[in-house]
Amino acid sequence: MKKFFALIALLLALAAPIPSYAADEAPAQPAGEEKLLRWGGDSEGGFPYMFPSPSDPDKLIGFEVDIVEALAKEMGRKPVYVNNAWDNLIPGLERDLYDIAINGLEVTPEHEAEVNFSIPYYKTYLQLAVRKDDSSIEGLQDLKGKIAGTLKESYAQMVLEEVGDVEIRTYIVEANTYEDLANGRLEAALFDQPIALYSAGFNPEIKFVGPPIGEIIYAIAMRKGDKELLREVNQAIVALRDSGKLREIYDKWNLWTPVMATTFNDYDPPKYEPVYYNEWAEAHRPELTLQKRLERYWDAMPLFAHGALVTMEVSIVAMVIAISLGLALAVTRVFAPKWLAMLAAGYVEIVRGTPVLIQLFFIFYGLPSIGIKFSPFWAGAIGLGLNYAAYEAEIYRTGLFAIPRTQWESALALGMTRWQAMREVILPQAVRVVIPPITNDFISLLKDSSLVSIITMVDLTKVYGQVSATYYDYFGPGILVAVIYLVLGLPFVRFARYTEKRLSAMEKEGRQGHSENIYRNSTRYI
Amino acid sequence: MNTTNKPLIVIENLCKSFEDGDVLRNISFTIREGDLASIIGPSGCGKSTFLRCINCLELMDSGSVSVAGVTVSRRPGETPTEAMLQRVHELRTEVGMVFQSYNLFPNKNLLQNIMLAPMVVKGMKKEEAHELGMKMLEKVGLAGFAQKYPSTLSGGQSQRAAIARALAMNPRVMLYDEPTSALDPELVGEVLQVMKDLDAEGMTQIIVTHEMKFAKDASDYIIFMDKGEIVEYEDGDILFANPKNNRTRAFLRHFVNAGVTC
Repeated sequence: MKKFFALIALLLALAAPIPSYAADEAPAQPAGEEKLLRWGGDSEGGFPYMFPSPSDPDKLIGFEVDIVEALAKEMGRKPVYVNNAWDNLIPGLERDLYDIAINGLEVTPEHEAEVNFSIPYYKTYLQLAVRKDDSSIEGLQDLKGKIAGTLKESYAQMVLEEVGDVEIRTYIVEANTYEDLANGRLEAALFDQPIALYSAGFNPEIKFVGPPIGEIIYAIAMRKGDKELLREVNQAIVALRDSGKLREIYDKWNLWTPVMATTFNDYDPPKYEPVYYNEWAEAHRPELTLQKRLERYWDAMPLFAHGALVTMEVSIVAMVIAISLGLALAVTRVFAPKWLAMLAAGYVEIVRGTPVLIQLFFIFYGLPSIGIKFSPFWAGAIGLGLNYAAYEAEIYRTGLFAIPRTQWESALALGMTRWQAMREVILPQAVRVVIPPITNDFISLLKDSSLVSIITMVDLTKVYGQVSATYYDYFGPGILVAVIYLVLGLPFVRFARYTEKRLSAMEKEGRQGHSENIYRNSTRYI
Repeated sequence: MNTTNKPLIVIENLCKSFEDGDVLRNISFTIREGDLASIIGPSGCGKSTFLRCINCLELMDSGSVSVAGVTVSRRPGETPTEAMLQRVHELRTEVGMVFQSYNLFPNKNLLQNIMLAPMVVKGMKKEEAHELGMKMLEKVGLAGFAQKYPSTLSGGQSQRAAIARALAMNPRVMLYDEPTSALDPELVGEVLQVMKDLDAEGMTQIIVTHEMKFAKDASDYIIFMDKGEIVEYEDGDILFANPKNNRTRAFLRHFVNAGVTC
C-alpha cells in the first residue's frame, strides 16, 4: 500500500512541469518584447503541407512551415507554433489558441462565413492517378462504373459524386488509398495535386493521368475581428511573391505547376532544385530494408518516450481527480439526505451515459464560450477525471456495501458513534475491497487517455499518428505503441492482482455484503 | 431468584414491529444486578429482537429501556431527536454485546480488536489500552493469541475474543445473541465456561440461547418468549419440571422428545 502511494507521489512529482509540447503553452503577447506570430496547424496535417521531418521527427517541416517562417520574418514577428487537429483549426482560432491558421485551409463559402482569409498563397487542382498498366482511364469521365478512392468528406469526393456512377471509397489516410490502388483494390485515386505528388509521384506502379481538375485555393485564416492583422499578412504575402521568395519555396518542394505559373504570372523555368521533394521521394520509395526500418523506429524513440510521459501524466492527474471526486460522490450518495443523494446519482448516470469523447470536446471547445477556459492538459485531465469519478463513486459504494452489516452493528454496539464506526471499522475494510477495481480502472483510464490526442495534446497516440504519417508506416509504430501501452499498464496490472490475492486471503470466511443502505441516518442503526 | 439486588435494566411497554408484522408486543420486564437470565423460545418469537432492543441496536417503536440509570424512551411515531441519539450512545457504553457470528474485525489482530473501542470511544492511551487488551485476553484464556488474526481462530476462540472485546469497555451488563449457535459442539463448553466465570464475578448477563442444559443449570431464571411476548419466567428447574403455560410446555416437549436431558 505505502509503496503504491509513494510511487504515485513520485510520478506526480515528475509530472509537475506540465508538458510544454501542448498548445496552451503559446504565450500571449508579452508587452514590449518582439511581437509574436502565433500560428495554428496540424502536425499530422500531412505532406507536403506540414509534417514531422523524417530525419528528425521532433522537427516540423513542409512548404507551409517555410511560408509561415518567411511570412513571420517579413512581418518582423517571432513565429510560435500551436498544434491542433485539422478539423479544429478554425474553432481554435475562435478559442484564441493562435492568431492565424494555415494548413491547406481551402477558401470556401462555408469557411469564409466564419473567418477572414488572406489573399491566396497557393492554388492547385485535383490529380487523377491510376495503375501504370491501366490505359482505360484518361480523365474523370472514364471513371464511370469504376472504383475510385479519395479522402473522406473532401472536395475530391464531391467531384467524384458529380461524375455519377462511380463507386467511391473514402479514406482517412492518403497513403492507404494509393496502397489500395497499387494492390488493385481501387482503379483510380483522386487527390489534391500536392498530396498525389508526395504520395505516389515516386511510386513506379502508379501514374498520373488527365488534365488538372477543378480549382483549390489555399489561404491563411484569421479571426473576423483581426482586420489589422489581415492587412499585415496580405502585405507580407504580396512582398514574398514579388521578391520571389514564395517561388523559391515552391521550387524546392517541387510544387510549381502551370496553374501556379498562371496565378503568379511567372513563366520562368525553375531556379532551384526540388531538394525537399527528392529527399522525401528517396525516403519513401517502396522496399525499405528491415534494418532501415528498425533504425527509424529507434530514432523515433525519444518522441514515443515523450508521448508516454504525457500519457502517464494526464492519466495520473485524471485519476487523482477521479478518486477524490468519486469519494465525494459516493459519500453523498450513501450518507447525504435523499434529494442530495439523487443529485449525485444523476451525475453518475449522466456521465456514464454519454461518450467521454463528447465530454472532452465540450470541456475544451464548448466551455470557453461561457468563459471557462482550460489548457489542453487540464481539459484532458479534468474531462477524464470527471468521467472516471462516476465509475469510482460506484466502486466506493459497492465497497461500503460489501462490508457485512454485522461489522457496522458490532462497532455501534461497542459504543462508537456512526462516524467513528465508519472511520475505524468500515472504511479500513472497504479500502481493501476497492483497491483492486480502482487499480483496474486506472489501467483502462490509461488507455482512454488516448482520447486527449483530439484536443491538441501530443500523447502516445498522437505520436503514433505523427510518426506513422511521417514514415508512411502504420505497422511497426503501431506494434511499438501497443507495447508501450502494455508496459505502462503492467505494474498496475500486477498490483491489482496482488491486492486481489491478499483480499481473498483475508476473507476466507464467507463474508456477505448487504444491498440495503444501512449507513444513512434512519431509525435503524442510529 | 435473586430479588434482593437493585434493578439494573428496566424495560417498560416496549413495542417493536417490522414491515411483516409485530415482533414485540408491549413488553415490560426488570433485570436485577448480577442476574444471569436466559431467553428461550421458538424461532421467530422475537427473542433476538428483544435483546437487540435493550442496547437500541433496534430502536424501539415505543416504550422505554433503562440501563444503569440511562433511559431511552420513545413515544409512538416520534422521530429520534439528537438528545435521544445521545442517550442511546450513553446507554451502549453500559452494555456489551456478543453476536452469533462473533463479528470480530477481520483486518485487525485480536489485541487490536480489543484495543480499538476503548481508544476510540473512551480516548484511552495506547499503552493503557494495550495493557487492558492483554488482561482481557488472559481473562478468556487467549493470552497467547494476541497477534493472531480472526481468520486463523476456531469458533470457540473467536467467540471468547469477542467477549473479551466487549468486556474491555467495562460494561455493566453483557448481552449474548445465540453465542454458541455457530459453534461445533465440542467448542460450546469453553464459551459457556467464560460466562459462568463472569457470573461468579457478579456480572449481569442476558443470553438468548438454544443450550437448554446451560440455561437450566447456570441461569438464575429462564425467560420463555413466544409471539413477541414474555409468556413466563421462572427458575430453570421449576420451569422444566412444571411449566405453567401450555405454550411453554409444548415448546419444552420438543427438547424432551429430541432426547435433550434437562
